[in-house]
Amino acid sequence: MVKTGISRPGTPYLLLLPGVAFLFTFFLWPIANLAQTSTQTPIAGGDTGEYEQSLRWQNYIDAFLENKEQFGRSFLYAAIATLAALAIAYPLAYAIAFKAGKMKNVLLVLVVAPFFTSFLLRTIAWKQILGEQGFVVPVLRDLHIISPATTLTSSAFAVVAGMTYNFLPFMTLPIYASIDRIDPRTLEASGDLYANGITTFRKVTLPLSMPGVVAGTLLTFIPAAGDYVNAAILGSPQTKMIGNVIESRFFKVVDYPTAAALSFTLMAAILILVTVYIRKAGTEELV
Amino acid sequence: MRTISRWFQRNLLRIYALIAFTYLLIPVIYTIAFSFNNGGRSNLVWKSFTFDNWLNPCGAPQVCEALGNSIKIGFLATLFSTILGTMIAFAIGRHKFKGRSTTNLMIFLPMATPEIVLGASLLSLFLTLKVNPGFWPTVVAHVVFCISFVVVTVKARIASLDPRLEQAAMDLYANEFQTFRRVTLPLVAPGIAAAALLAFSLSFDDFIITNFNSGTMTTFPKFVYVSAARGIPPQANVIGSAMFIIALSIVILGQIVGRKRAVK
Repeated sequence: MVKTGISRPGTPYLLLLPGVAFLFTFFLWPIANLAQTSTQTPIAGGDTGEYEQSLRWQNYIDAFLENKEQFGRSFLYAAIATLAALAIAYPLAYAIAFKAGKMKNVLLVLVVAPFFTSFLLRTIAWKQILGEQGFVVPVLRDLHIISPATTLTSSAFAVVAGMTYNFLPFMTLPIYASIDRIDPRTLEASGDLYANGITTFRKVTLPLSMPGVVAGTLLTFIPAAGDYVNAAILGSPQTKMIGNVIESRFFKVVDYPTAAALSFTLMAAILILVTVYIRKAGTEELV
Repeated sequence: MRTISRWFQRNLLRIYALIAFTYLLIPVIYTIAFSFNNGGRSNLVWKSFTFDNWLNPCGAPQVCEALGNSIKIGFLATLFSTILGTMIAFAIGRHKFKGRSTTNLMIFLPMATPEIVLGASLLSLFLTLKVNPGFWPTVVAHVVFCISFVVVTVKARIASLDPRLEQAAMDLYANEFQTFRRVTLPLVAPGIAAAALLAFSLSFDDFIITNFNSGTMTTFPKFVYVSAARGIPPQANVIGSAMFIIALSIVILGQIVGRKRAVK
């Protein structure tokens, strides 16, 4: 830490005050409020949507048992989508960092480019491309790769593929950033010490790129686990995720306590997984 | 045969990257192509080429109202989150103080919270306070999730600065304020600009949090989601394509300007 710029003892606190106050009011307070809602019960004889505090912790158990399938599905789909995105993104990031030469910046822009069209438009584009009227299904049927009765949309495959696609740039960019930072001399040194290409990759490149892999998997897994848009557009009632349940509890059923209990369980599960994962992967770069 | 397989081996990674880019860009190309389709309201099947949709982007009901709301919200959310986030980034990046790691955690938490939880929790607060969801609640919600990304982006830029530049300014008798205004701020500016661009695109594209906090107000992503059931009018594709072209031009322009400066 170098002491430069305007630095009186109170300065950091003055700089922090507005933003932190904002986050207290509109992030921590809502979360606390949500916690409070999660143990409420309907008022006897009240209208729909009217609840009172009765500290009913059973809400959590009820909500979980009622929706354990959707919970399981959310984490399973998110995990598969994360692994698939990692498999696609790592070689891509490697190619951009080491093989692109002058094209590097152009290719990086191309990775982010899909973001610029609305992600909903892209997801719906996939639905139409893979749908009955799209061009993929007839070709696959003519080649007898899929049977005439098989559809590509409204399936778990479509939901996971949609999530993989949507979060791919989140995976690629951090991995690229950490591969790009690797000093090529370390790779040369490894070669000089008689390591072949595979050994160099395993013992030098991969460990040095781990911070990017950790950041990328988190940036993919967290939003994927809470996502409901891909499941709503590309899925069917059999592929409902926990996000779909929370959304419908809030808006269609007006069951705030259950929606709150589910949100909290989801957040707690994700935070525990993330903490364990960061510990295991051994990076504190993120925070 | 051997040369072919050797060529293949040498270019394996490049071929792989080409496939990955095709995969990334197919839906974008599809969206742009169908903005030129004379497909009527639902725009599901390719019929014939037309410029009509581009000449009349507001032709579908509500689409431009939704776009206007998204731009207004994006602008306000970007403004507030960039100011608040940059201040926090300076505090964390430039000062040692008690509670620094707590602040870091506080910045990390909104990023680790699934959007649906952020959206639902804010809505339940607004309902408790008897605030109706709508324009301003949506702006507030967007600022919440944009701040962390601004902090991370600007902080990275501050960390990459050479502290000797500021020391040099001080050696040349610039006071702290002058040093900040003439040296530090211009050096951090590209980071702030990148953060603002990121905040705007996050806000403009957000659906989940917006859906919870916007009530009856429609935004562009909401419009697309709602009309998805019936088929999206080609005007939505026009707007999506235009956004793509505008954003791409900004990025490319930024790169060119950056390179020219670097050459100087």
